[in-house]
Formats: sequence, structure tokens, C-alpha cells
Amino acid sequence: MYAWIWRHLPGALWVRILWALIISGVLVFALFQYVFPWIEPYVPFSGNGSLSQ
Amino acid sequence: MGQRPRVEGHVGKVRAAAGALGELFLTLGVLILLFVAYQLFYTSVVSVRTMSHETAQLERAWSGGARERAAVLVPERPPSPGTGFAVIHIPRLDKTLPVLEGTDLTTLAKGVGHYKGTAMPGAIGDFAVAGHRKTHGDPFLQFPKLRIGDPVVIETATAWYTYVIDVAPYITSPGDMAAIAPVPNRPGVAPTERLITLTTCNPWWAHYQRMIAHGHLVDERPRT
Repeated sequence: MYAWIWRHLPGALWVRILWALIISGVLVFALFQYVFPWIEPYVPFSGNGSLSQ
Repeated sequence: MGQRPRVEGHVGKVRAAAGALGELFLTLGVLILLFVAYQLFYTSVVSVRTMSHETAQLERAWSGGARERAAVLVPERPPSPGTGFAVIHIPRLDKTLPVLEGTDLTTLAKGVGHYKGTAMPGAIGDFAVAGHRKTHGDPFLQFPKLRIGDPVVIETATAWYTYVIDVAPYITSPGDMAAIAPVPNRPGVAPTERLITLTTCNPWWAHYQRMIAHGHLVDERPRT
């Protein structure tokens, strides 16, 4: 998968590195802003400090 | 780019599948690490900002004139879920945090949560609150430091209530609802005293236990 993506990035080597960084940055941002907050309640090791039956 | 030698047939397919599986596991590993980083660092970045904003908002509303304060929530009745209605000061933990109604995850990300159905500040019964130990600003991370005699001050629109810890932090199970009963650990007994209970997780890196502390009211001072 990663080799396929790399081969399909445009331009010379340094341009590809730049693209890889941009795409990674956007992905990490999307994870932190949307995906992780959404799955957080379902993850078992996220303690919430309150008592519940 | 290096060229992989073409391998025909069965071996080539197995190698491709193994490579794909390896990439999958690697990706999953990176995602898990990112999630841990999110929990331990990013939630706190967001929550610290949210909590200080909420505290400032409450303090601003309360420092207004008498008419403005009358228009603001008067905490004899519990406010709607998710609403901030008090500020808790815990000098021993060096913490000043907003108190919001409810103890769901969304609310606890914004501050300390007030257990629904428990007493309001200064009232007879048990004013019970919960706070994260780790993540979302780590409000109660230093909870074990609390000692008998430590003051906990609850600030509301109408008064300052000073409680004092009289049961040092102890560990119990997550389902121990009796700890937040009107008379802590005496469910069904009618309350006569004005008490406070604080709860958080234990150990700090998991949530299979809870840590609890109790206190009682020693002073009530109306806002001038």
C-alpha cells in the first residue's frame, strides 16, 4: 500500500517527501480532531473518574 | 527505487500477502501510538483551554452587580446537564476548576462533574463530584496528596462554601455507589450533615478502581 502511494506521488524526490508530510499532517489532524474523540468513549482504558453501576 | 525480483506463482502471492499484512500491523501500531499520544497530551491541551474559559465565564457572570447575579443560575436547584454552576478550589492540589452538572465523558472533558441527584453545594446531604485522574487536563492527578484537614472551597453565584477533608483518599471499586450516598457509605440513611465527596480513577493509568475522599462543611460566606 505505501509503496503504491509513494509511486503515485508527483514530482522529484523532495516534492514527494513534501507531499508525504502534508498528507500525514492532514491525516493526523483528522485523527486528533474527529476520529479519536469519536472512539474515545468506547476505548476501555480511558478512565473517567466517576462511579457507575 | 529498488526493483523487487519478480517471483512467479504461489511464492509471489504469499510474499505479497505477507507484505500487506505487515503493512497493516505497522499501520495499526502507529494508530495505537497516535491514540495514546492523543489521550495523554492532546486531550489535556484542549481541556485546559476549555476549563479556564469556563471558569473565567462563570467568574465574570458572578462578579457583576446584584441584578446580574440574580439573573444567573442560583444553585439551589441543579442546573441542566453540562452546565457550569460552580468553581472548585483545591489548594492542596493547586487546582481551580469549573464544576458542571453530570458526570458523562463530554462533561468531564470540560471540568469537574457533579453527580446527578446528589446535594448541591452547601446543602444537607453529599455534594459529590468526579474528576479525571489522567487525560483531559489531569484535574485530579495528584488526588492521593489530599489529607485530613485540607480545605476544598466551592464558589457559586451566591456564596463561598468551605469544606474540609475528613476522610483521606481511599481505594474502592468503580461500582461503589454507596460512597456518594447522602450519608457516604450508609445508603438509605437520611442525611443531617452538609458533606462533600470527591472521586477519581485509580491507578492513574487505568480505571479498574476509584479513589474517594470525603469532607464536611465548615464555613459558608455569602457573596457581597
